[in-house]
Amino acid sequence: MSNFEEAHVLVIDDNLVDRRLIECLLRNSSCKVTAVDSGARALQLLGVDGLKVDLIITDYCMPDMTGYELLKKIKNSSNFKEIPVVIMSSENILRRIDRCLEEGAKDFILKPVKLSDIKKLKDYMKKPSTTCFNCFYSAAASKLPSFAPPCMVVRLMIQEH
Amino acid sequence: MERTHMRRQVGLMRQSLFTQGFLDEQFIQLEELQDDANPNFVEEIATLYYCDSSKSLQTIEQALEKTPHDFNKLDNHMHQFKGSSSSIGAKKVKDECQQFREYCKAGNREGCMRTFQLLKKEHATLKKKLEAYFQMARQAGPLETASRPK
Repeated sequence: MSNFEEAHVLVIDDNLVDRRLIECLLRNSSCKVTAVDSGARALQLLGVDGLKVDLIITDYCMPDMTGYELLKKIKNSSNFKEIPVVIMSSENILRRIDRCLEEGAKDFILKPVKLSDIKKLKDYMKKPSTTCFNCFYSAAASKLPSFAPPCMVVRLMIQEH
Repeated sequence: MERTHMRRQVGLMRQSLFTQGFLDEQFIQLEELQDDANPNFVEEIATLYYCDSSKSLQTIEQALEKTPHDFNKLDNHMHQFKGSSSSIGAKKVKDECQQFREYCKAGNREGCMRTFQLLKKEHATLKKKLEAYFQMARQAGPLETASRPK
């Protein structure tokens, strides 16, 4: 079990193949995924539709609204600024990466996206909820004898995650 | 056994796609996503790529027929095309895309036209090879997890 479970990720990428790939990479890591092809659509989902997500991954180069512009809008909004944002790009331009990190992006992924890039992202997810903690606790407790003290259970939880 | 022989052929076919430079390690990422929940992922995403990229090629071809060339627009189209090609591990196609972009930046019309023909050729060659590979893989039956090229 990983603490990806039940994490909901919003992906924004105008490239159809990339969108499909990232969707699959995330689902493979037990995330729930909503994938859209524009910043405008993402903002609509977050705002009007009230979509709740734990992480936003957006491509940088997109027509109409770039990933950087989307990042700024998210970080300037009172409702969504706490959602961690990760930027993706096929171009390793230092100036671009710095600009995004300064604006509040948590990380920058160089495309093509790999499984190892997705695995790193768990560090940026919002903190696991109490429900998650209970799940992990129960899972660890089930592996130990019933008389095991809580500290032993917690030690096993830490080892496993 | 016939099946063992076929599987071996599939393995050799796959290996040659890597050693001949048609595919790079990104293709292995796709293979790693193929599992019981997604048993045909590699073929599906390759099919998606060819469907999507054929449209891109048409757009670029039309843009190349216009004079004077709008190198900015051409570069933008090619950026997208290169992105998808890179995401599925289409190495030779990606390399031609890169070359095309260099010619765009240099405003080299002849270079763009020449490279575009090479690109189309690589794109078509890979398509044939992948189709043959997927067909043979389907006939041979499910493989174990793909092994990495040596």
